[in-house]
Amino acid sequence: MKTIYTPTPLASHPDEVRIISKRFGQGAQDIDRYIALDGYKAARKALEMQPDEITNEVKASGLRGRGGAGFATGMKWSFIPKQSEVPKYILVNGDESEPATCKDRLLVEYDPHSIIEGVIIAGLAVGAKTGFIYLRGEYRYLLEIMEKAVADAYAKGFLGKNIFGSGREFNILTHTGAGAYEVGEESALMESLEGKRGLPRLKPPFPAIKGLYGGPTVINNVETIATVPPIILNGGKWYAAFGPNEKNGGTRLTCLTGHFNKPGVYELPLGYPAKKMIYDVGGGIPGGRQLKSLVPGGSSTFLLNREEAESATMDYDWFAKRGEFLGSGGVVAIDDQTCMVRVALRIMKFYRHESCGWCIPCREGTDWLEKTLVRFHAGAGMEKDIDHMLYLANNMAGRTFCALGDAAAFPTISIIKKWRNEFEEHLNGKSCPFEKAGLRELAAV
Amino acid sequence: MRYSAELEQRFQKLVSQYPWKRSALIPLLLYAQDEVGYLSDEVISDIARRVDLTELEVRNVISYYSLLRTKPAGKYVVQVCTNISCMMWGAEELFEHCKHRLGVDHKQVTKDGTFSLEEVECIGACSWAPAVQVNYDFHLDVTPEKMDKILDDYGKKAGQ
Repeated sequence: MKTIYTPTPLASHPDEVRIISKRFGQGAQDIDRYIALDGYKAARKALEMQPDEITNEVKASGLRGRGGAGFATGMKWSFIPKQSEVPKYILVNGDESEPATCKDRLLVEYDPHSIIEGVIIAGLAVGAKTGFIYLRGEYRYLLEIMEKAVADAYAKGFLGKNIFGSGREFNILTHTGAGAYEVGEESALMESLEGKRGLPRLKPPFPAIKGLYGGPTVINNVETIATVPPIILNGGKWYAAFGPNEKNGGTRLTCLTGHFNKPGVYELPLGYPAKKMIYDVGGGIPGGRQLKSLVPGGSSTFLLNREEAESATMDYDWFAKRGEFLGSGGVVAIDDQTCMVRVALRIMKFYRHESCGWCIPCREGTDWLEKTLVRFHAGAGMEKDIDHMLYLANNMAGRTFCALGDAAAFPTISIIKKWRNEFEEHLNGKSCPFEKAGLRELAAV
Repeated sequence: MRYSAELEQRFQKLVSQYPWKRSALIPLLLYAQDEVGYLSDEVISDIARRVDLTELEVRNVISYYSLLRTKPAGKYVVQVCTNISCMMWGAEELFEHCKHRLGVDHKQVTKDGTFSLEEVECIGACSWAPAVQVNYDFHLDVTPEKMDKILDDYGKKAGQ
């Protein structure tokens, strides 16, 4: 099946710090162009380094998993045993499915070789000889770009039996998924790559000890792995200095979505003020409306109200202090004409659809919550339903194999707690107070 | 089961490239579906044989993944994302528009077999909402007017 390739639009803002997006729009899909733009220099440098040196450089950078969990990347690599009787693997998670997250797409589309280079360096650091790049099934045109990039790297001798003439071997395989949010969870991702249903595994053992095909496995998000080459080339300290402190190093691709005047993907330093991100980078809220809520990083995160959003800084610490999460980089602005019951319902509809059904609290909880929210939005809610929904959501959180149960619970809890008044306005057969303001109108803006 | 020479070659490569043969299963199913249109009983039994699994094991995997289908779809599968970022820009209304325009509901096929319609979850095009995928082609910042034009274009292609 032939896919039609239309380049994804790029955005820009003067406050951006372009480390991983510096080659966007520069024709870096072409391997020679990539090389001319400092490409594969970091891999050559890593070949001269000791494995521990590479890992320590990544540790010093403060790089944390960009998929959403924010685990320290260097630390993750250091968990891989030095000696292993079975092969070790690098697995790149390109099952980008967290609602509002559309950044990995741009990296694969505009800079596929940076991912290959990152995988090679990760392999050198942990002693793996094979890497897998797993892309979600919907991203077929990206798979085609990635496959070509891998083939070109083989042709240049950057992959294969003797990479860069070093006498060392490294191979990369690309792989397509077939539509499943749950597969973005690392153990479910391995199950899927092994040709099974994407059900999460019981941990421990963690992937670093027993992962893909039973071997020690590093699993990193596309953006995380693409950040590795500039770190190796310029040093961990150089990268860390872009962020506010060593635990919040560097930059990240921030996807501004929803009610922004200038939605788009921007590379912003960690610790960037959210207020500036909303009103300056994102150009504020359309139609002279006010911000009501901000989803900070994918629909699995706690939603912020306007005051919180305007005082937040976009780093791990600000959110961790509140017991919340910075998330995946997928920001959604929600304006004051939007019904929060409808938002809660749409979010829950997604998790109900994507729950794999393995754990009862998640399978039953998402279904029950969706049904209650449907009834509520239709004006047939009861007062006691409000606390009942909170009770259900609180009982899902922390009681499942993987984080999908938490992901469904957290936004729901925050919406009910912060916008309880909107739920009350739907009670006793009253129609939704916002529907007249219509999203249809907004679509025409 | 006979596939095109190109697909057969791809299959041979897939079943031999992974440490475990079974890893080829999901790509095999998706590529077969792209060519045949859906995963017929014949395709399922053929693929099961190629990766040394039972048909039941293969069906068990198929039912998990939302892109895989065991019934024929339209030549062009119109997938409208209505997840949160797209919803903010009128995706639910856009999906309603498609329903009226095509005269079919979620997961139904038009009488002439040209289109099927699906409401889908996030397709990772959130900054360019609302987003629609037709087969594997992305269409960004779609309005109802733009949608009509997109459907017209695919309709013309189907007629050729």
